[in-house]
Amino acid sequence: MRRILLLLVPLAALSGCAFSGGGEDAPKTVTLVTHDSWAMDKGVIAAFEKKTGYRVRTVASGDAGALVNKLVLTKSDPIGDAVYGIDNTFASRAVDAGVLADHTASLPTSAEAFRPSGEAAQQLTPIDYGDVCMNVDNAWYTAHHQTPPATLDDLTKPAYKDQLVVPGPPTSSPGLAFLLTTIAAKGDAWPTYWKALLANGLKVDSGWTEAYETDFTAGGGKGDRPIVLSYASSIPDTIAKGGTTPTTSALLDTCFRQVEYAGVLKGAEHPKIAAELVDFMLTNAFQKQLPSQMYVYPAVTTTALPTEWARWAKVATKPYAIPAEEIAQERTTWLRQWRDLATQ
Amino acid sequence: MTLQVVDLSVRFGDTLAVDDVDLEVADGQVLAVLGPSGCGKSTLLRAVAGLEQPATGTVSWDGADLARVPVHRRGFALMFQDGQLFAGQSVARNVGYPLRIRHRPRAETARTVTELLELVGLPGYGDRLPTTLSGGERQRVALARALAVRPRLLLLDEPLSSLDVGLRERLAGDLREILRAAGTTALYVTHDHEEAFTVADTMAVMRAGRLVQAGTLADVWRHPADADTARFLGYATVLDAGAAALLGVPGTVALRRSALRLEDDGDLTGVVVSTRSTPEQQRLVVDLDEVGRLEAVAARDRAVAVGERVRLRLDTSRVAVVTGP
Amino acid sequence: MTWRRSSTALLAAVPVAVLAVFFVYPVVGMVGRGFVVDGRFAPDDVLAVLARPRTLRVLWFTVWSAGLATLVCVLAGVPLAWALHRLSFPGRRLLRGLVLVPFVLPTVVVGVAFGQLLAPAGWLGFLHLQGTAVAIVLALAFFNVSVVVRTVGSFWEDLDVRREEAAAALGATPWQVLRTVTLPTLLPGVVGAATVVFLFCSTSFGVVLTMGGLRYANVETEIYLLTTQELDLRGAAALSVLQLLVLTALLALAHLTGRAVPVDRVRARPRRPRRGDLLALGWSALVVAALLLPMLALVVRSLATAGGGWTLEHYRALGHVSAALPASALTGLSNSAQIALVATALSMLLGVAVAGLVTRPGGGRWRSVLDGAFMLPLGVSAVTLGFGFLVTLDHPPLDLRASPWLVPIAQAMVALPLVVRTVAPVLRAVDDRQRQAAASLGAGPLRVLLTVDLAVAWRPLLAAAGFAFAVSLGEFGATSFVVRETTPTLPVLIYRLISRPDAGDVGTALAASVVLAVATALVMLCVERVRP
Repeated sequence: MRRILLLLVPLAALSGCAFSGGGEDAPKTVTLVTHDSWAMDKGVIAAFEKKTGYRVRTVASGDAGALVNKLVLTKSDPIGDAVYGIDNTFASRAVDAGVLADHTASLPTSAEAFRPSGEAAQQLTPIDYGDVCMNVDNAWYTAHHQTPPATLDDLTKPAYKDQLVVPGPPTSSPGLAFLLTTIAAKGDAWPTYWKALLANGLKVDSGWTEAYETDFTAGGGKGDRPIVLSYASSIPDTIAKGGTTPTTSALLDTCFRQVEYAGVLKGAEHPKIAAELVDFMLTNAFQKQLPSQMYVYPAVTTTALPTEWARWAKVATKPYAIPAEEIAQERTTWLRQWRDLATQ
Repeated sequence: MTLQVVDLSVRFGDTLAVDDVDLEVADGQVLAVLGPSGCGKSTLLRAVAGLEQPATGTVSWDGADLARVPVHRRGFALMFQDGQLFAGQSVARNVGYPLRIRHRPRAETARTVTELLELVGLPGYGDRLPTTLSGGERQRVALARALAVRPRLLLLDEPLSSLDVGLRERLAGDLREILRAAGTTALYVTHDHEEAFTVADTMAVMRAGRLVQAGTLADVWRHPADADTARFLGYATVLDAGAAALLGVPGTVALRRSALRLEDDGDLTGVVVSTRSTPEQQRLVVDLDEVGRLEAVAARDRAVAVGERVRLRLDTSRVAVVTGP
Repeated sequence: MTWRRSSTALLAAVPVAVLAVFFVYPVVGMVGRGFVVDGRFAPDDVLAVLARPRTLRVLWFTVWSAGLATLVCVLAGVPLAWALHRLSFPGRRLLRGLVLVPFVLPTVVVGVAFGQLLAPAGWLGFLHLQGTAVAIVLALAFFNVSVVVRTVGSFWEDLDVRREEAAAALGATPWQVLRTVTLPTLLPGVVGAATVVFLFCSTSFGVVLTMGGLRYANVETEIYLLTTQELDLRGAAALSVLQLLVLTALLALAHLTGRAVPVDRVRARPRRPRRGDLLALGWSALVVAALLLPMLALVVRSLATAGGGWTLEHYRALGHVSAALPASALTGLSNSAQIALVATALSMLLGVAVAGLVTRPGGGRWRSVLDGAFMLPLGVSAVTLGFGFLVTLDHPPLDLRASPWLVPIAQAMVALPLVVRTVAPVLRAVDDRQRQAAASLGAGPLRVLLTVDLAVAWRPLLAAAGFAFAVSLGEFGATSFVVRETTPTLPVLIYRLISRPDAGDVGTALAASVVLAVATALVMLCVERVRP
């Protein structure tokens, strides 16, 4: 028995190395709070670190919603210096709660269209955007001698019964985008539309992964639903190895545009470097990595896209949109309404 | 109404715990299986109960092979060294357990329980919990429980060995009376020869998995199968034929401690090596001429000095002739 | 004497202080924010939340899904515990290790594995269970069967088999022996395990989210949604308080029914299976098959290419540091192992001290309170705890938000109740006279604990340590809130990978899950080897 104790001591000592090794609390570290989908080429970050002499530490904090709420809850003692990943559906909450300091990078003309309105314009810098659209498995429709749907209204038709799967609005950011799409498209009648969807066999998953990777026919799980809510940028992924054309396409009349912003946190320890980091995200070096790293389109639209994106990942010409202020005001009501309608 | 064990072997991995044992217990008889710990006697008992699978051989009752009869259908009862009472249940519920599982009427069960508690000398103990009982009381309850269904064979695995000496002697006597009164056939496993003599009618001696001797108490007592058996039965010394001849007895013999007695007109002579006084007599070690050191006794009032040359007599009723090597 | 009493107090003070700082303080800090609106204490608003019809529906679903899953776990787990801990047959140690694997799999991964199985095109598609409440219950049971197997199994292992033999010899059929002797003695173990399982199920969050497809919500997912998505702290606080109340009631209930019967602990030699065991063995085989099926689906998927072929590519990717992640999966595994070691050491030190205190005879009611207090981490939302860490542990002297110790501490808080639950019944069975003998020879309370209790309990202790290690290895909920980017754990990396919209990353995530599962199974096998 004493042996056990003797064992525990060196084990504890041994494990200490994982703990002391970090050294991240050393000075000259700028902390970037992000959502879980953050990804960036190490070389690009290294260039920034070399230029400023600060190490960049990232703190991943859940999805866009959780990220903003975490910032709100910790605003008296912020958990970082800069933030990346607040999107247009949550921007107002962050701005209203006062978690951000005033700073915006000087936007290239091509990115101007993404600039937020109101107070947010002083605090948030658009970095990238993505279109949340229905994806259809054309290969499946060809094999089943059917025509894929094209519009939101098609989705409630009996021909497409049990064919649609979407991630849930309360638990996933593309899901919320789709709810906003329907609200933008149907106005106050959106609950009727959702009821029709549900009556037509709509499946609601908790997240994008379950919907796309398990239930979608063209996803890794070889599911049984040929229509999925995903991104316009998902299309090039379905080009088979050695193939040249994707087997899916996006319904560009069903899209909601998500814009992601960066900003400097109020009370940041290193506000100057944080501001530099935000500015850095608009440089070409950073922008051109966005498609391959995070599957989003650069806000600086003049940035060169990967070939298959340029060819296959088209964006919507007229995406649906709802003003950020209205989203901020109504989100909880809408979500509660949706939950009462769709869940038990 | 006879238990027969024929050619029984029980194997644990590579070791033979019970090696080719034959036994018989007649109706109403108590057979004591005597042996040192680890000799396989408990395993033998478990095999009879059906708790161990024999490697070879048969256990049968009245000629009917029990190999395919599961433990609970053998109509035997088993009592362990530590009773194994059901701790959460009262004494009465413990004793009534075998009746309850047979769905006997409640009144009958209650009556039987009362009778049994009286039989084992614990009247009025029904509502007590086992944890409030002494070790001896617990064993009495275990015995009452085992007797509740009138088992055709009672299997007792060292039922008294966890008790202290005085209690053990008294309970052994009680046990004998109780088994007699109930007319129970029993297999009684113990390592204590005095207990075996008190309780049993016949005896089987086991060593290293094998049965070395079986017979009536008197038989085994008078004629131990070999030197080891004699020592296990409490004989102090075993003398080979040569030494025994000098004492005037034929063959290999086993002597109890009191077999040699200091008497002034005895026919043997020796020198006293040491003396020790007990409440009843004096214990001596004597260097017997030509034979060597042996134990002997003397009356308390006879003064004996170390180095004194004395005469001794051999009490042949305290000598057993060892039949084997 | 005074010294002895004060050292007992010290023994109690350390775990209580840790619980207070790393559990009570953060949770109260978080829940308190729901009660205080604009600097005003407003409990009425919180009560109003409880009156929402939705809250009642959520509560009802929580109770029945967790209750049913617990029942399934007990029915499936008790026979399996018997087969794996009382019978000896080749491969039994391997099976014991395997059975524990589901418990540490990240929920997202299990969601995908079950999705594979239950999807219409999947192996079990014909059952049409996808997205149903039955699927949730099955997944909850899948996760927690091992809790029953381990808790009841180690309890069973130490029951004196001769009591059952005596009953059988008295004429009790195997069924009667089970009903009248075995189960009553086993009851405290079963009740203890069932309590833990119920708590796990009712606070399960990932499973309900991924399996329920949002059609079902339990208290935990509701707290998660209210906190992270709606920032409705009042609603979250109301549900957290509700959770605590239910938990307290449950613990009180378990305390009443699960009162331990004194048991002689004699280790029984496992025996070979007999013909009479066939039914129970068949049932156990069925349960094992049901546990292996999702794991098998996971392995198959981790080896599959998008085109339907086979590949080791996902496994090769484990060593790579992709841009999306702060570290490779292998580094994550090593981080997880190191952090889990510390968490195990912490939870064992605290857990043994607590178990020692609550089993010490005398002392009265405060011991049950202490016993219950250390079960609390099981019944409180990881979201609440995680956010609580962020909002409370942010100023000196408790500025621990960025501390590397926070992760193992969080994990230790989760593993602690399991350790206490495993160790306490064993210590309770130690004859107090042995402690008195040691004390009379001059041993202080700590010494007594070390030389008497631990001498008896080291085997269950080792089992508890292995369990704690496995729990820490797989812990995701609380960890995800406090983990550091420089040393991410494997479950956190898996979650990141699986959430990325790229088939290759999902494949790598599944491969990493298989590695995590294998690592866990190996740890458990080692524990099994050390046990005699």
